[in-house]
Amino acid sequence: MIRIRCPFCGERDHSEFTYGGDGSIVYPALDAPMEDWVKAVFERENPRGRQLETWHHTSGCRAWLLVERDTMTHEIFSVRLAHEGAGRVIEEGT
Amino acid sequence: MTRFNAWNVFVNGLTGQKGWSRQWRDPEPKDHYDVVIVGAGLHGLATAYYLAKKHGVTKVAVLEKGWLGGGNAGRNTTIVRSNYFMPGNRAFYEHSLELWENLSHELNYNVMFSQRAHVSLLHSPAAVDGAARRYNTMQLTGSDGELWSLDELKRNIPHLNYGPNARFPIIGAAVQRRAGTARHDAVAWGYARGADGHGVDIIQNCEVTGVTREGGQVTGLETTRGTIRAKKVGFAVAGNTSRLWQMADLGNLPIETHKLQAFVSEPLKPLLDQVVVFGVGGAHFYISQSDKGGMVFGGDLDWYKSYAQRGNLPIVQDVAEAATSILPCLGRVRLLRHWSGVMDMSMDGSHFICKTPLDNLYLNAGWNYGGFKASPASGWYFADLIANDRPNPVIANHDLKRFERGIIIDERGAGPDPKLHG
Repeated sequence: MIRIRCPFCGERDHSEFTYGGDGSIVYPALDAPMEDWVKAVFERENPRGRQLETWHHTSGCRAWLLVERDTMTHEIFSVRLAHEGAGRVIEEGT
Repeated sequence: MTRFNAWNVFVNGLTGQKGWSRQWRDPEPKDHYDVVIVGAGLHGLATAYYLAKKHGVTKVAVLEKGWLGGGNAGRNTTIVRSNYFMPGNRAFYEHSLELWENLSHELNYNVMFSQRAHVSLLHSPAAVDGAARRYNTMQLTGSDGELWSLDELKRNIPHLNYGPNARFPIIGAAVQRRAGTARHDAVAWGYARGADGHGVDIIQNCEVTGVTREGGQVTGLETTRGTIRAKKVGFAVAGNTSRLWQMADLGNLPIETHKLQAFVSEPLKPLLDQVVVFGVGGAHFYISQSDKGGMVFGGDLDWYKSYAQRGNLPIVQDVAEAATSILPCLGRVRLLRHWSGVMDMSMDGSHFICKTPLDNLYLNAGWNYGGFKASPASGWYFADLIANDRPNPVIANHDLKRFERGIIIDERGAGPDPKLHG
């Protein structure tokens, strides 16, 4: 079992969460060329090692999280809220 | 290499089994080959076999970082079927099933292919309609498929949970009788022995650490056993395709690596004559009984990306729940082993056998859940591609550019999310 430290709920089993996917994807502008969209939607770096990924705390606070995790050892390096504004409020209080 | 036949078995039985030779050599790598295949799993070995046997290309090496057949070849549930629907997949998997039907004779090696029928349980009228469409398509394209009523299903498999209080009551089944199971190790060994017999070098404990390029060509591979140059290179390393791809400096692929667990129970007396599949409402479960008596079964992916060849406990629980919900008689059966393999999950759930941006590099990848059944045809079409330098029409759309062309070969209709293509 992987244990994920949710910023709202504390450390919980990964079975409370739903894995989203690659959290490093930046979607292009709506009018960007088709090639850019093909890359963003269909192509993945798929690293063996550290990757940024999204998890949804489905059975908890339902927040989307950005988790930095090793895909070989499953070690977790950092967890933060995916929503930048809310994340800032949690971390800095404003 | 001694051929297996009744006479040789008889003679060796009388002479203390002393007359058998090694099944394949353990050669030192040469400096140069016409074709180098990376990955001595089922697909790589089958490719080498068909390259040598069918296309006469015998200066071939198959490189393997561990031991032959030690990856997903030894980590599957050995199910063989061809109940695919989408154009391209339909013809490909049917061809594979036809190759399976003659494989023991072809290889002179008993792969224990047992056509015991593949039974997909159905739980709603909509599921029956969907199965009718799929299985009618199979019949119309030269395969076999039929629908069983509840009565027919009960006659064939009386001990499923038919209780009216089941969470998902069973109302029928979709059946492919020619489908079944095979002995996974025997397939690897049979292809290895066959390829070796045609002069192919199978080089184990030889991990690729770098890909050497000159412009738009691959010139060779750096390995833990030295540099090996090649006129043509084929990748068949499902699970680790992205890593090798990036060694060749080719960027990203429409693939994510996920892990899938499988299980075997203690041996039981004959209990289940078919492969039974249960998939409804988020559950996913498939089970058959091996010739040793163990119940071999599996379920979903672990749901998060991983290269670790070990599984997590929530899926053990999920699979056990699915097992007891359709076969309550398994409730007290003990688990003997469970294991996990890493696989290429592609963006539409279908595979790639294609040319690449480099002229003499060829790719075989993206097998999702279904690599075992595909092995013979995978090797057949990959060898055909490498030897003739053009894709066979059957696999013309199984290339990396299909997403750009808007051709998505998505059997499940799950969309571009690799973990959903189970």
